[in-house]
Parts: sequence; structure tokens; C-alpha cells
Amino acid sequence: MSQKANQLLKNKKKNILELWMKNQLADEGLREDLISNDELRSQSEELINALVTNLSGENFTNLDADEWSPVIEILGGIAITRARQGFSPRETGNFVFSLKEAILEVLQQEITGDQSNLYTESQKINRLMDSLSVVTFETFIKGREEVILRQTDEITEISTPVIRVWDGILALPIIGTLDSARTQIVMENLLQEIVETGSSIAILDISGVPAVDSLVAQHLIKTVSATRLMGAECIISGIRPEIAQTVVHLGIDLSNIITKASLASALAYSFRVMRLEVKKISTVSKP
Amino acid sequence: MDKIPILRMGAFLLVTIQVDLYDRLALNLEADLVQMVNKTSAKGVLIDISAVSIVDSFMGRIIGNIASMSKILDAETVVVGMQPAVAITLIELGLPLKGVHTALDMEKGMKLLKSMIDETEEDADEDQTHDDFIAE
Repeated sequence: MSQKANQLLKNKKKNILELWMKNQLADEGLREDLISNDELRSQSEELINALVTNLSGENFTNLDADEWSPVIEILGGIAITRARQGFSPRETGNFVFSLKEAILEVLQQEITGDQSNLYTESQKINRLMDSLSVVTFETFIKGREEVILRQTDEITEISTPVIRVWDGILALPIIGTLDSARTQIVMENLLQEIVETGSSIAILDISGVPAVDSLVAQHLIKTVSATRLMGAECIISGIRPEIAQTVVHLGIDLSNIITKASLASALAYSFRVMRLEVKKISTVSKP
Repeated sequence: MDKIPILRMGAFLLVTIQVDLYDRLALNLEADLVQMVNKTSAKGVLIDISAVSIVDSFMGRIIGNIASMSKILDAETVVVGMQPAVAITLIELGLPLKGVHTALDMEKGMKLLKSMIDETEEDADEDQTHDDFIAE
């Protein structure tokens, strides 16, 4: 960028900011519910300041250069906060694109008469702002991915609780599809809990598992065998009729695993094994 | 050379493995244990592996072997105190240790062994009375 245009942009920083703010506020997609106008202004101002300081540099188009890192940092910070706040990609993109429009407009006003100069300067600004918007998008998507990853982790954590239903009896309701990674977590949680509570019976309730294929059955058998190795007994409960049909049709042998139709019958079985009895107290009429 | 002690307690033999088993040690244990079962005519073998944190397929096979050999010599084998990670490893290796009884801790293992031996003795008694009945 020529010294002149460079100096010009520096002097017109205020104008650009005003124009940019006007563009942003005029935009129909402005999200006043997510970000206040004051905050938007301070974000914009910070970015312009960093940008204009760097315009004088030699590496004008090379964004990998060190001198651009503050600008990219600010832009990345803005993109990530926006991803977390729930801005759409379009709104985030418009943030940078409206800045480009503002700069181009100022250039057009200031460089009059010299068409070829205006053209070259606009071209440079275009190239710069395009690479900056690519950076914004990259960071935005990265931020979104982080959010998704965190949620996935949370879901796997939440969805495998081990419940102590009785002294010595654990229940583990499985909800959702059972894949290898999940089986691993379920198995580890269950075995750890068996050790901690000294339970001798574990009930694996699969009423929340949508489908059982040979792979899922294999995972279940693995969990049951591991529990047996630890010295506890494992009962599979909550087998729906459709699942029973599929299992038989697939030719999966569950004969050496104790299976019960419902959690209630599994619990009743566990009580029998542990020689416990649940009795109804006879209501004696008071004298 | 290291040697794993085999303790006698009534009709049972107690083996507590306190170190990580390497192949030679495991083989020696297998031989010693079978000798000991034979010599003491033990009714049950209790192996505590709560301190074992590393297993491989060889270890799994040795435990299976000990169980089958003891069974031939009329003694039941109970493995107690397996760690979760060890259990998962054995399953992943495809060694569900069929024919080996397991218990969560020493106390439960002892109870299990006792109940098993009671059962077999009861069976023997029943056979006896049955024979008597026929004799009469």
C-alpha cells in the first residue's frame, strides 16, 4: 500500500469507524439481544486501531508475518466469543465484510480523479480483508467445534450413571446407542463402582437402547463377562419384545447370561439371590 | 529366586500374589500349587490377585490352567479381588476365564468356597442315604 493511501486511512480512522458502525447498525441481522451497541463499538474500535497500525508494514498481504498477529488475535477473540454467544456464521461474516465496505467507501471519497490508483488500492484492501474474513471463519468454526466437543463429553458423562438401588445391588440404565467407546465408559464406571461399593449384583437395564445388533450384543456380553471376572453377577434387564426377536433372529447366544424382562423382575431376582424378602406390613387397626 | 507362598488354612489353600507375575514365576506357581493340592488334599484354592495390575494372555491362561488342574484334583478355585482394569483387559484379550469362580474380596471368596464345599458334602450325604435306602 502506498504511503499516501496508508496515511489517508490513518487520518480517516474515525470516519471509517463511524461508517462501519453505521453499516453494522443498519444491518437487519443486527443481534441486539446478543451484544450491546456499546460493546460492539468497543470491539470494532479495537480492531480498527490494530488494523490501521499495521497497514504501514511491509508484509501487507502476508498474514503469517509476525506483525499481523495482534490483529489476528483480536479477530480470533471476537470470532470465538461470537461462536459461544450463538451468532450465526452469516452474522459473524458480515462483521468483517461491513468493515471492508466502509474502508472502500472512504478510499473512494478520498482518492478522486486517479482511477488507476483507486483501483490498485481497492484491490489490495479487498485481498487483505478477504484473508482476514477467512481467518475469522476458521476461528469461528473452531469455536463451534469446541462447543460441540464439550457437549459430547458432557452427554457421555451424564448418560452413564451407576445407581445404588440396594445395599449390594447396582443398577445401570443405558440410554441411547451402545457403541465401542460408550461400552468402554460404561464398563469402567460399573467395575469401579462395584469395587467401591462392594456390590455383588449389577443390573444392566437396556430399555433405553433403541436397537440391539450383533455388535451391541457383543459389547453387552463383554460387560457381563468383565463383571463376572470381578466376582459380581450381572443381570440384563429391560429387554423389549422386538429386541428379543432381533437377538434370536441374529442367532446371538445369551443363554449363559441372566436376562429379565423388566428392572422390577431383575430386582426381585437379586433379592432372591441375596436371600432378602420384601413384605407388605399387615395393617393392624388401632385399638 | 522369587517364590509365591502358598498358605494352608483348614481345607483351603491361600495364594496371595503381591508382585506382578512374570512368566517363570507363574509357571512355578502352577506347579507348586498342584503339588500342594495333591499333598494336602485341599478342597478349595483361593487366589488373591488384588495387587496384580498387569496381565497378559499368558497370565490368563495360567489362571485357567490352575482352575482346571485343581478341578481334576477335586478342589474348587476362586479368584478374588481382580481390579477393574485387569478384568477389562482379560475380556478384551478374549479370556473370560470360564470355569473359574470369582469373588469381590477375600471374605466373599471364603464364603463362596465354603458354600460350594457344603453343597458337595450334602450331595455326598444324600447319595449315602439314598444307598442306605436301597440297601434296606
